[in-house]
Amino acid sequence: MEPLSWSEIALRMLGLFLPVWIALIVTFALSITFKRRLGLYGKLFDSPIGMVGFAMVMFWVFTGIFGGAFDMILTHDVLSQSATMKNKGPGTPFTQMMGTPDPGAYPYYLLGGDNLGRDVFSRMIAGAWEVIKIAPFASMFSFMVGITLGLPAGYYGGRLDTLLSFMANLILAFPVILLFYLLVTPEIVQTGIPVYMAAVLFLFPIIFLLLLWNSRYHTQPSRRNVYVGVTLVIGLWLYSGIAWDADPLGLVSFPPNLLVVFVAVVFVNSPTVFRIVRGLTMDIKTRDYVAAAQTRGERPWYIMLWEILPNARGPLLVDFCLRIGYTTILLGTLGFFGLGLSPESPDWGSTINDGRKLLTMYLHPALPPAFALLSLVLGLNLLADGLREESLRD
Amino acid sequence: MAMFILRRVGVMILTALCLTFIVFFLTNLYPNLEKLAKTQGDFRMSDEEVASYLGRNGYLQPMAVKYGQWLGVVPGFVILDRDGVTRGQCIEPGTAPEDAPRFCGILQGDWGYSTVFREDVGKILGDKLALTGRLMFWVMVLMVPSALILGILAGMREGSRTDRTLSTFAITTTATPEYVSGVLFIAVFASTAVGLKWFKGTATAAMDNPTFENFFLPVLTIALYGMGYIARMTRASMAEVMTAQYIRTARLKGVSFPNVVMKHALRNALIAPFTVIMLQFPWLLNGVVIVETLFNYKGFGWTLVQAAGNNDIELLLGVSVISVVVVLVTQLISDIGYVFLNPRISVR
Repeated sequence: MEPLSWSEIALRMLGLFLPVWIALIVTFALSITFKRRLGLYGKLFDSPIGMVGFAMVMFWVFTGIFGGAFDMILTHDVLSQSATMKNKGPGTPFTQMMGTPDPGAYPYYLLGGDNLGRDVFSRMIAGAWEVIKIAPFASMFSFMVGITLGLPAGYYGGRLDTLLSFMANLILAFPVILLFYLLVTPEIVQTGIPVYMAAVLFLFPIIFLLLLWNSRYHTQPSRRNVYVGVTLVIGLWLYSGIAWDADPLGLVSFPPNLLVVFVAVVFVNSPTVFRIVRGLTMDIKTRDYVAAAQTRGERPWYIMLWEILPNARGPLLVDFCLRIGYTTILLGTLGFFGLGLSPESPDWGSTINDGRKLLTMYLHPALPPAFALLSLVLGLNLLADGLREESLRD
Repeated sequence: MAMFILRRVGVMILTALCLTFIVFFLTNLYPNLEKLAKTQGDFRMSDEEVASYLGRNGYLQPMAVKYGQWLGVVPGFVILDRDGVTRGQCIEPGTAPEDAPRFCGILQGDWGYSTVFREDVGKILGDKLALTGRLMFWVMVLMVPSALILGILAGMREGSRTDRTLSTFAITTTATPEYVSGVLFIAVFASTAVGLKWFKGTATAAMDNPTFENFFLPVLTIALYGMGYIARMTRASMAEVMTAQYIRTARLKGVSFPNVVMKHALRNALIAPFTVIMLQFPWLLNGVVIVETLFNYKGFGWTLVQAAGNNDIELLLGVSVISVVVVLVTQLISDIGYVFLNPRISVR
């Protein structure tokens, strides 16, 4: 068989991404139709930059979900190697050293093979899933930690603020890569330090939700008890499974090396979030509506969580988008230095690192993951820019 | 002012002590020591042999004592070995135990001995810092002026087409981590596949003999990532100044637009970017590690990776001390500089 030409490769890739295109069109059609009823999210569709960013982000989100979770876009198994496909260029027909390939197999390596003869295209798609399943959740956890500590620091000030700010500055003064090298090594994992850190960090979402419900509904004990009870049962169940790998039902577990990566990323991100939340709180607590709530005799946590936090949502939302992008970059950095994730993992950082060694001769293994990472982070930055513009407008 | 600086320096020293203790603690955990013993001695050492090796080299003392010894505030350990030889932290091979100094920590200028490079840590750090200093110098030369020009041009007329184009460029550079832009640059400018071959894909030769050909790509890669951020800050600050009352007054008086920008707006607009440039140092340090690994330029960042990857405890501690001090000092300078530059705080 002849190798494919570039236009044929492009056409075939467009075809393979068909489910993603459909999902994107449906999302955009629905959002634009109902944009007046969707609040800030709807306003995003008034800003061209925001729409472009949103499209780029959602492209990778859908690609990750369809490719990683439903196995739809992948053309080949991400780990299977073929000795005859080593470093072959894009569009090379699929062959195997021994025997003929399975007739059901996809007949081409669309973006060529890497130095072990694995399909670059499929690995890029699978890499999207690695990012999509870690980055948003890691950012969310950083936000929970940052908010739970930043609100009281900014609201009360004084000793508490001095202590927490000192600790945050301590972590921020570390070069990130040094911290990763200290935390994400097999020897440190052996001592169990990452698990203890996970045990502390993963408590924060539960504390956050408990404070949230309790401060709002403590005048209606029956309703409060239901919310608090449900949060405690589900939260502690997930907590025992994720942090300690001791789920009593045996349903929830977390791969240990993924946990280390997750903890490291949350740990690095939370101090920055803390600083932002603290600054916003210090600004907002001087407003009249906070004084009104204080005069009404509302309790401090109610004021922090239900008066101050909602009014800080604009800048926080913008930072959340940027933070997912930064987390993606951090995950890539970890992969680039071969830390944490397994060496065969198809995440973008690892594939870029594998590809760079032969870069002066073969470009195709390193460039697709590089462009993928670039476009996702760029999309998130543009999205944040669009959100900032639209949230400033009202 | 003196009180302010004094307090900041005090906090800085406390921070440095805490951070070095954290690094010390993490590198001196038992699994790390066990790995060190096995790489130094023999990979098939039994647990008892590992313990006796560590005991002989003073690794099994309490953590606080070891930290004090490393710092130089606790006398170095002295152990009478099984073969009747007195060994100690401060006793150099070939000198009598009686002549050795009591204290030998970093306060005395003794940084320890690298197990990977088999050399004094102080000397390694000196050499590597000189190499990285050269890299950083050129990064600054490239990054700061171009970022400021970019930001000023974009912020001069907010919302214009120039502004849109330059802002998009700035966003793109902040969204491109060094390992992506570096790979792209090597692919385009250095590979045989594209055929341009304008620059070299490695900077190893630049350690002895830096030329434009072998040094430009690493410099550009680091500079580009920081540039976008500084440019955006400059743009925001410039745009804010341009809407100020006194700029409008100057314009109404008939001062020409270039004159307004150069004489009235620029000085006020450059206060915020100064802080940002100083606070970029921690990020630049990350960039240095990635770029030096990518281009195989054996400077400070490359040393960090080698030390951390091989658990070279004393070298890693030295590297951390330096990077932490660099970060803290730049924070201090940025704080003090802000007070000096801001006309609202110091009235002349």
